[in-house]
Amino acid sequence: MQSVQFEAPKTVDEAVALLAGAKGNARVLAGGTDLLVQLRAHIIDPSLIVDIKKIDETRSFKKNRDGSYTIGAAYAGAEATERDDITKDWPGVVEGWDLIGSTQIQGRASLGGNLCNASPAADSVPAMVAAGMTANIAGPKGRRTIPVEDIAVGPGKTSLAKGEFVVSFNLPARPKGGGDAYLRLIPRTEMDIAVVGCGVALVLDANGTVTSAKVSLGAVAPTVLVVKDAAKAIIGTKLDDAAMAKLDAACQAAAKPISDKRGTVEYRTKIAGVLARRAAKIAADRARSQ
Amino acid sequence: MAADKPLYKWVGTRTIRPDGHDKVTGRAKFGSDFSLSGMIHGRVLRSPHAHAKIKSINTSAAEKLPGVRAVITSKDFADQPSELAAAGEAMVNYKDMVRNVMAREKALYDGHAVAAVAATTVEIAEAALELIKVDYEVLPHVIDVDDAMQPGSPILDDTMVPVGMDAKGPTNIAKRVEFTLGDAAKGFAAADVVIERSYKTAAVHQGYIEPHAVVSSVSEDGQAQIWCCTQGQFMVRTFTAKLCGMPVSSIRVTPSEIGGGFGGKTVVYLEPLATMLSKKAGKPVKMIMSREEVFRASGPTSAGSMTYKIGAKKNGTITAVEAEIKLLAGAFPGSPVQPACMCAVAPYDIKNVHLVGYDVVVNRPKVAAYRAPGAPISAFGAESIIDELAKELGMDPLELRLKNAAKTGTKAAYGPTFRNIGYVETVKGAMAHPHYKAPLGPNQGRGVASGFWFNIGGESSATVNINEDGTAVVISGNPDIGGSRASLAMMAAEELGIDYNKVRPIVADTASVGYNFLTGGSRVTFATGLAVVEAARDAVRQLCERAAKIWEVDAEGVIWDDGHAKPASTNVGEFEPLSLAQLAAQAAKTGGPICGHNAQNVQGAGPGFATHICDVEVDPETGHVTVLRYTAIQDVGRAIHPSYVEGQIQGGAAQGIGWALNEEYIYNAKGRLDNPGFLDYRIPVASDLPMIDAVIVEVPNDRHPYGVRGVGEVPIVPPMAAVANAIESATGVRMEALPMSPPRVLAALDAARPKQAAE
Amino acid sequence: MAKHHVSVTLNGEPTEFLCSTRQTLLDVLRDELNLTGSKEGCASGDCGACSVTVDGRLVCSCLVLGAECEGKSIETIEGMADGEKLHPLQQTFLEEAALQCGICTPGVLVAAKSLLERNNNPTETEVRYWLAGNLCRCTGYDKIIRAVMKTAAEMRGGA
Repeated sequence: MQSVQFEAPKTVDEAVALLAGAKGNARVLAGGTDLLVQLRAHIIDPSLIVDIKKIDETRSFKKNRDGSYTIGAAYAGAEATERDDITKDWPGVVEGWDLIGSTQIQGRASLGGNLCNASPAADSVPAMVAAGMTANIAGPKGRRTIPVEDIAVGPGKTSLAKGEFVVSFNLPARPKGGGDAYLRLIPRTEMDIAVVGCGVALVLDANGTVTSAKVSLGAVAPTVLVVKDAAKAIIGTKLDDAAMAKLDAACQAAAKPISDKRGTVEYRTKIAGVLARRAAKIAADRARSQ
Repeated sequence: MAADKPLYKWVGTRTIRPDGHDKVTGRAKFGSDFSLSGMIHGRVLRSPHAHAKIKSINTSAAEKLPGVRAVITSKDFADQPSELAAAGEAMVNYKDMVRNVMAREKALYDGHAVAAVAATTVEIAEAALELIKVDYEVLPHVIDVDDAMQPGSPILDDTMVPVGMDAKGPTNIAKRVEFTLGDAAKGFAAADVVIERSYKTAAVHQGYIEPHAVVSSVSEDGQAQIWCCTQGQFMVRTFTAKLCGMPVSSIRVTPSEIGGGFGGKTVVYLEPLATMLSKKAGKPVKMIMSREEVFRASGPTSAGSMTYKIGAKKNGTITAVEAEIKLLAGAFPGSPVQPACMCAVAPYDIKNVHLVGYDVVVNRPKVAAYRAPGAPISAFGAESIIDELAKELGMDPLELRLKNAAKTGTKAAYGPTFRNIGYVETVKGAMAHPHYKAPLGPNQGRGVASGFWFNIGGESSATVNINEDGTAVVISGNPDIGGSRASLAMMAAEELGIDYNKVRPIVADTASVGYNFLTGGSRVTFATGLAVVEAARDAVRQLCERAAKIWEVDAEGVIWDDGHAKPASTNVGEFEPLSLAQLAAQAAKTGGPICGHNAQNVQGAGPGFATHICDVEVDPETGHVTVLRYTAIQDVGRAIHPSYVEGQIQGGAAQGIGWALNEEYIYNAKGRLDNPGFLDYRIPVASDLPMIDAVIVEVPNDRHPYGVRGVGEVPIVPPMAAVANAIESATGVRMEALPMSPPRVLAALDAARPKQAAE
Repeated sequence: MAKHHVSVTLNGEPTEFLCSTRQTLLDVLRDELNLTGSKEGCASGDCGACSVTVDGRLVCSCLVLGAECEGKSIETIEGMADGEKLHPLQQTFLEEAALQCGICTPGVLVAAKSLLERNNNPTETEVRYWLAGNLCRCTGYDKIIRAVMKTAAEMRGGA
């Protein structure tokens, strides 16, 4: 256990310089709800902690003129829930984000932290992926923007290079006829890690036919999955029983879970299908009520 | 007699608890809130192995680390002979206790203490632990109770000789118990219906929110002071003295406020270690368990495996019950299998009963008491099979229970004949409750179950000091775990006839009050309450004597009424009544301080019974169970403080619901605990539960001046079967193993679907 | 390395403390400032016994670094009563027996106060979900939920 340097830079460039120049293991502190647990349990032993919350860009939240959003990486779920704009446009994204842990956790837990902790069960990620969000990354070589699903590469592992960190996210404007939802299965009603999570974003035309869809599953593989066959199963349908059965089957087929203290392979596989059906229905109801 | 009065002034009211303000402002000092100047910090090295021979321990590098003041291992504790001592409702063996607080020959479970360090900071102590080299020879381990009884199972202690049975060669069975009433074979022969089933329950932790914590300070003259969170300061004194080789008189234990115990703080873990470290270091030593240590090393209750057989006539008369109940004890003997057997069918008047129990050691932490130890486990089986019987007979499950209910005069299978008991009243209360007739929706079901617990009395001491201004201090020696100060003060106020707010109850250290058996067995309001009542009556007797002295009459001529000494009759003379305050002000002149005392081994605990009603909704696609409505009816004798009685009932029911649905110890293939935290050891959270309607039934215990029965334990007995019975009612599927978590329920539903479709 | 010098407003008072990077806000409150009303039940954000507010936002103080708190306003259980006058929630908890052992009580009260500041008329479900991160093993939550709702009603009535 080594002594830890702590820095709270005010600019992105300072943060990048600190992270890039760190000897040993440097960690980014956003909401801290995973980092501090790992620090206390001696799972990590960093030499440097960089608190990014003094950087305005990580704490900002902006609805752009075109209806899209730019969301700071350290913006907390509880803060998002208190807004009228995003909760109306992207309720599924907010649900996933603000389901993390308790009220206390929700007051701190951020999209950036939840994503970069790279847990396959991260609640915010399936809805972010389904909504087509991208992450704005700053690093020693400048800025780049990549889809959210390209960040985590395995449990606890990200594609970020040394010195890089996620500064903010882009959330597209809600399409006309669009709706999204996130559902998870937990043994209790709160406080658990998702046994399975499912995000669905879809667009309905005036007849109620699905014109586009993205379905994402959490906790059934080493990373959050994008299930293209699941989207295919419902595109062009009115979510009739046959389409729902295909959606269910596609999600079950895509799921490659493990058995652990939170669930079995068999259970997770079945639940992936159940949640996909239920989330699709909620997303469609939301699309219709828009 | 106070009990003959039709009305009480304080008993039965909802007063503000005396310790309340400190607990809502953060002022109250719990175990880890206490500090001393010059204090250093202790940490424990724990075995990562479920079962391993300890070949050697090298502490020299740790000792050399700057800031380290003491390192201890089992070598610092003298071995103890095999000798039994009472700890709560269980017995412990000093030979095992010395090995449980610090592993000797073997580490017997993941988390077993192997060494401890005291250093100037927690960080240095933790760094020192990493420098201790333990040479382990890892041995095969066994976690499950049924596996541990199989031939060829890894053996924890090959010198162990089972009690109550013969064994060929080494065994993990520590004890066999047997209870027989009538002739079970004859009973089954007379039955029209016979059902046989097997059930399993998971090990669950008491789950108190406050981790174990202690500060121990041993002076150069060998005198020790200990501050800790415990259910029994006298227990800590006795056990620490024994394990550290100190006279009892040299140890003074002050209990802090206690952040939950439920039986889990009726034994010692850190106290002997902190004391030994303090002795070696010459400094006060503070030790706090992490949450992970609480789960890995402090007592859960047993997991159980059992087989029940029940026989009945068509009219519902139960003719016989037979059961085999196997409970795991953890690494050392001492599961609550005996009370599990004794409580199994105690609510019923059954003429032929045969119960056999086994106490089995496995590579898990030694179990500690948990709320009605053993009874919830056996009741899960008994109350499940009775529900199946009701279904088979086409009878209402409460009618079946009422038909077979134990009453005053019933001979219980475990021996005694019940005096006045209130089981029937709880069943009738359930039948009459609107909950029992409320409509149910799709995927919803209703279950009922009953439960029993003995309750205990025990050694109790109390002092009631009358102060010069007419107030009183009640001194007793039981940590207040949920409102007992209030109930003791209310009974004292009733006896003294003064305002409740003029009575200050104090939980004293071991040097400031006579011996008290620990807070457990639902005994404090009953037994310590009795000592307080008697001590108050002793004070009243003295007050009457002082009045007699002032009036120059015989003491027998003075009575105590409504807080005043009065002449017993006009024959005694015409005197203005003297208030307690008036007599207290003159105490110095009339004979000195007025102090009432009482010390006794209280007998006559009144058994407690409860009947619960539970509604659930089961999600047929996910197996998720939601408890929609819950009603708990319980005979409490008399509720001294109804709010805290309701609180006990509600809390016990909530713990039982947790046990039913999601709580379990999950071990991996290496025998390591996989869920040592509140994230994956899933106790109920606020959004998991409905309001819990606590219905108080009062059938007074005739052996207590206010009719008190213990209330804290009975409410955890019925819930698991009530929930299982409700799930069966909702789905037609019988869950025979706990926890009834979503994956298990869905698997059971899926397994039953083809059969249900065929019917 | 050198300790961090941190200035905060604690229960309305300007307060300074020194802490190492590893010390959480809970460690600072308990070990450096001797405010032991906030409790450590798990050190992982699962029990809520260490609940405080930072700039008005309810958090687990075990999941906040002391070093992060520069310039922040922190409210703990010790600041809840106004001198000798208990906060209405504290008073109702006493009257309704909404505590047994009392270890979770400071965290529950801080969390409940935070709820009522945002929503003065919460439903039972809203109270239960808001408090889902505050574990109580004694009460079964019944009397806690009732006390919070009763206080909300009284505070609305008095407003």
